[in-house]
Amino acid sequence: MSDRGEQLMPCREAVRRLWDFLDGSVSPADHAQVEAHLAFCRRCCGELDFVAHLRDLLASQTADELEPQTLQRLERFVEEEL
Amino acid sequence: MSGQGVAVTEPQPRTSESFQALARCELPRLLALARRLTREDAEDLVQEALLRGYRSYASLERDETGGPWLRAILVNVHRDRLRKDNRSLTELPVADPEDFSLFRTIAEEDPRPYSDTVHLDFLQAFAREDVREVLLRLPLIYRLPLVLCHMEGFATKEIAKLCGVPLGTVLARLHRGRKAFEREMWTYAEEMGLLKSGASNE
Repeated sequence: MSDRGEQLMPCREAVRRLWDFLDGSVSPADHAQVEAHLAFCRRCCGELDFVAHLRDLLASQTADELEPQTLQRLERFVEEEL
Repeated sequence: MSGQGVAVTEPQPRTSESFQALARCELPRLLALARRLTREDAEDLVQEALLRGYRSYASLERDETGGPWLRAILVNVHRDRLRKDNRSLTELPVADPEDFSLFRTIAEEDPRPYSDTVHLDFLQAFAREDVREVLLRLPLIYRLPLVLCHMEGFATKEIAKLCGVPLGTVLARLHRGRKAFEREMWTYAEEMGLLKSGASNE
């Protein structure tokens, strides 16, 4: 980061906002600054891509490997107790 | 309610049978959520949530929100249990995770030879149970918003209402939770030897 430091958001600040940036929940001003940073910083672009994969990893966990016996017990509970 | 030529779907009558049908349909997701909130009591938690849901079934306004409604009940049951055991969502958080970057740590510390896919290789080393274990290691104060947001699809405003805290608090906890998750992924990978899996270099 050179003389443009005052205009360009530093890496540390851009990285802190990447999850929110992907959510679309940063302020318009921050969004513009992060975008401007990403246009110049290849490393942070790589980190943005990685954060997207991390979010996908979390989202893909919804189909847990559930023990059939536990589910069966709960189904019996539904039939017999409710 | 009435419309000119517009079909209005009437909600199902709130009967035992209709609740049972809802419960059966939602059981896998309820159990999966419970397993992310607690290690040992997941089944018990689901049972109590179903009982509470059954008792308050008349309050369900729209059939299509039955799933999120039951999951919200489950979260509330869990929080009530914590309060009863004198534990709460204000437990001490871990050391500030905010500056941790899993991406940079992988690049700097991975012992394998340079690979273009080193970051994706890292993620692919995690099975579902590994991710669950990482989540369970997070303090509940961070785990809950993370799970509700990224795995259950709750909006942050809904999470705030569910947790009984301001939206700003949820956003802060979500931010720290994400960073804590990144840090815990690395710690777990080191402990479990996941960094040595994949391409062999020995």
